[in-house]
Amino acid sequence: MLGRLGEAMVEKSFWDEMTGGAGDIRAVYARIDQWLRDTPPDILAARRSQAELLFRRIGITFAVYGSADAAERLIPFDIIPRVIAQKEWHLLEEGLIQRVKAINAFLTDIYGPREILRAGIIPADLVFQNPAFRPEMAGRRAPHDIWVHIAGIDVVRTDENEFYVLEDNARTPSGVSYMLENRDVMMRLLPDLFAAHRIAPVENYTDLLLKCLRSVAPPTASGEPSVALLTPGQFNSAYYEHSFLADRLGVELVEGSDLFVRDDVLYMRTTQGPKRVDVLYRRIDDDYLDPLVFRPDSVLGVPGILNACNAGNLTLSNAVGTGVADDKAMYTYMPEIVRFYLGQEAILKNAPTWRCRDADSLKYVLEHLHELVVKEVNGSGGYGMLVGPHATKEERERFREKLLADPANYIAQPTLSLSTCPAFVEEGIAPRHVDLRPFVLTGANGSRVVPGGLTRVAMRKGSLVVNSSQGGGTKDTWIIEDA
Amino acid sequence: MLSRTADNIYWLARYVERAEFTARIIDITSRLAALPKAYGGTGVEWESALLAVDAHDAFKEKHDVADEQTVLRFLVFDPDNPSSIRYCVERARTNARAVRTALTSDMWQAINSSWIEIRNIERAVAPFERMSRDRIDPALDAVKSMSRDFDGLAYRSMLRNDAYWFNRLGLYMERSDNTARILDVKYHVLLPETESVGGSLDYFQWTSILRAVSALTAYNWVYRQSIKPWLVADLLILRKEMPRSLVSCYDNLSRFLDDIARAYGAQGPAQRHARAMLLRLESATIEDLFRSGLHEFVTEFIDDNNRLGVLLAEQYLLN
Amino acid sequence: MRIHIRHEIAHTFEPPVRFLNATLRLTPRSHESQHIARWRVEIDGDSRIRAFDDGFGNCMHTLSMSGQTETLRLFAEGVVDTFDAAGIVRATVERFPPELFLRETALTSPDDRQRALAAKIEGENRIERLHALLLLLSDDEKPEEPAQEQTQAKEPAAQKQSQEVPAPKAPTKEDKNKVKALVHDFIVCARLVGAPARFVSGYHLHPKTQAGGFHFWAEAHVEGVGWIGFDPANAICPHESHVRMAVGLDALDATCMRIAPSPQTEIETVDVRRQS
Repeated sequence: MLGRLGEAMVEKSFWDEMTGGAGDIRAVYARIDQWLRDTPPDILAARRSQAELLFRRIGITFAVYGSADAAERLIPFDIIPRVIAQKEWHLLEEGLIQRVKAINAFLTDIYGPREILRAGIIPADLVFQNPAFRPEMAGRRAPHDIWVHIAGIDVVRTDENEFYVLEDNARTPSGVSYMLENRDVMMRLLPDLFAAHRIAPVENYTDLLLKCLRSVAPPTASGEPSVALLTPGQFNSAYYEHSFLADRLGVELVEGSDLFVRDDVLYMRTTQGPKRVDVLYRRIDDDYLDPLVFRPDSVLGVPGILNACNAGNLTLSNAVGTGVADDKAMYTYMPEIVRFYLGQEAILKNAPTWRCRDADSLKYVLEHLHELVVKEVNGSGGYGMLVGPHATKEERERFREKLLADPANYIAQPTLSLSTCPAFVEEGIAPRHVDLRPFVLTGANGSRVVPGGLTRVAMRKGSLVVNSSQGGGTKDTWIIEDA
Repeated sequence: MLSRTADNIYWLARYVERAEFTARIIDITSRLAALPKAYGGTGVEWESALLAVDAHDAFKEKHDVADEQTVLRFLVFDPDNPSSIRYCVERARTNARAVRTALTSDMWQAINSSWIEIRNIERAVAPFERMSRDRIDPALDAVKSMSRDFDGLAYRSMLRNDAYWFNRLGLYMERSDNTARILDVKYHVLLPETESVGGSLDYFQWTSILRAVSALTAYNWVYRQSIKPWLVADLLILRKEMPRSLVSCYDNLSRFLDDIARAYGAQGPAQRHARAMLLRLESATIEDLFRSGLHEFVTEFIDDNNRLGVLLAEQYLLN
Repeated sequence: MRIHIRHEIAHTFEPPVRFLNATLRLTPRSHESQHIARWRVEIDGDSRIRAFDDGFGNCMHTLSMSGQTETLRLFAEGVVDTFDAAGIVRATVERFPPELFLRETALTSPDDRQRALAAKIEGENRIERLHALLLLLSDDEKPEEPAQEQTQAKEPAAQKQSQEVPAPKAPTKEDKNKVKALVHDFIVCARLVGAPARFVSGYHLHPKTQAGGFHFWAEAHVEGVGWIGFDPANAICPHESHVRMAVGLDALDATCMRIAPSPQTEIETVDVRRQS
């Protein structure tokens, strides 16, 4: 997640996707601009409440833990679409596919011969001491050497042709249901605006996903491989998405208790007796997957499911142990990883990162603490993090000591200037910061990226926090042929 | 279909039907309770409402006096009473949510919007000391329209496959149980000998029973004569043309169980039990039932009906 | 020393289960100071069992049973020749560089007590520090009867009826957990001072009492020497009375059996004796 990256940089000037910052409307936004001029605010407001009603009716809500009454809340939806030109998208698409290819090669290597470690590209401890590296998977191979079938790559834009990857999500990335539902709602709400553009479709995402999942079925699967989607259950915050996807895929939405393993084959309990499952699109974490291998107290998983996998009777999607490829420390090596496996330069940039384990970087970071964001390598959710420009002198001094005590545990990044898009907010139409999560599908026949993704928008003025748990909203993302 | 999904669909239908039944019982009870004693008001209407929805024991654990205020609150909003409207709608929604992929989106919306409405009404009513009919009427209406919409949408929009059949099984299991419960609570006013005692007093009871199963008009169409208690019993038990009669419920239960058996290519104890019950109802006459005891018949029926629930669960839902 | 081992496990299920799955790490492997003369694992009842190596290179069996099961009985039995190597373990199957075993797990995440303990460790070099740690742990938490935790009645049947025999008592779950906790302490502290350390399960035969049983200890890595065993429950380095079975990051990785669904009762009898 974008987290609090560079919250303090509001005073800086940002590149706006509609105006380019200069005030001239960019060509791709011409019709949106016209529409915004032509539509009085009360109509926009009416459309927004219609959208909200639609979302509430179809039940897209997300659970907020620990608040009894507001147990189900809507993620705010902004009705002004975000527009990206097709040629800009192509660049992004190419970069995403390249990145996922490298991630899969990396996982095959790291659970296999570990050549990248021998070549000294990545320090071994980053892999072996990473809690997401699963010793249980060492020596195992994923069918077709694809570990990550579904990846969600978080990207921010800082200029016309500048995209940065903020984070790779190679475990169980979520959000794709919002991409699909947002599109649905936009077509219903603003058919005219929609028709005025040539928008690349996202609706075939689930068809592609199903094909992708079937393509990686184990060889022992019957003719038409049977696919199921494993959810932790309806109290999970992403349950809506799980049920939505199962529905669109036309596969069973199963919970751990619906499944059992017999003779190293996974079955689901049906009204007609046990039915074999060949590919399981699981939306629960490794830790909970198999109480015989991981957390013994897990009731969400299926005892013996890893045995079924290892016996070659089941493909888990994504495979177990992919998390080692997507954490903060590994992220910093992604350009080197791309180069090592593909012999190419990474098309998508990483946010510049200083690894404090390198003496030179540490020196730089210590000298520029006031303008950097310093993060703990294995920390999450904003813990153990210093936002330099926001911190007091004392806080920076304290952090300086922590850094010196254990430099390898920290990385530092500058505050990125996230682009803005027009959003319809309390005070009218105003620029708000956005990021983008496109979804990359990889099967036996290669990778595909559905043109679009989930655009998250920070609804508060100046905020760079797009997380839904902190009031962030979403937008429909239109990839359009150049105007 | 997943066993759990079938289980959710089945219970979803039961809870929807049960919620509506509770609403109907509240309706007729208010009507009876409003009558002056001379016209058939007995003063124990609210007690028997609790009996009819099988909530009497649960009620007594929480309250001493069964009057309009306590019973209304208990039957409409009590979150722990398995017959209360709120409980049923909440459970219906939980079940529906778990199987949303097996329902059409309209069906989900029917449940979800009525849940939201009932919660709103609950919040609106909360500040008031006393519950009054006009405050809770919207809740009763919401439930009735939920049931109507859900049932109608299922009929109109669901594929005729096992999802639909398990939905129907839940509906008819619950419906036959409900009809049997009314008979169980009111059997004494349906015995032929009460006719002489009765007069207007029992007349209101009879019509309220008919109303509870929306059969007041149906009665006139079927019998074309003034209301006789044994005919009320006949209508509720043995008349196939009456959609809430026990025989009609079993006609449906047996049919949908057979549909499942055909689709799955296998039948089991549930099919055999349902067929045996249907046969018994089809071959009985109301005279037989009175001769061997209406109450005994009803009690036995409730047990047999529960037995079908158990067989059905073992065969399909707990796999 | 030639050691004979018989390890029986019985699980009961009430109500009976329709199927169950388990993983077993019940097969020791030969290495420089331990030779497996013979070994077998047998399961009572119709089951499908498959052997393969787990991620750490331990010999693992997966077991899957269907049909109504009330009791699952299995045993491992065999003969092992052991040689004293002063705790040094060589020629084992190693799948990872030692640094993997610096990694923290849920069961080996340091707490304040362990940090304080680690702070007390002194020594010129790693070996000295590890021995210091072994001593610290035995001072810190000396079990009343060292090495008795894992002793086992030789005749499980006799043990039930005869209270009068003051024979070594069977280890309770509590005793086992104590040893486990002690080994985890060792591992956590060793890692805190930079030594890769891992959990070991196996068998132990007490040289004096001749009582033996299933046992846990630790191994830590020293550059230039390799893996060295440390048995904190007995405050010694393992020698020829230890039979090494499985290793892992913590007790969960090296446990001899994991099973689901959970059984109601679990009876384990371990017989370890010297064979001449």
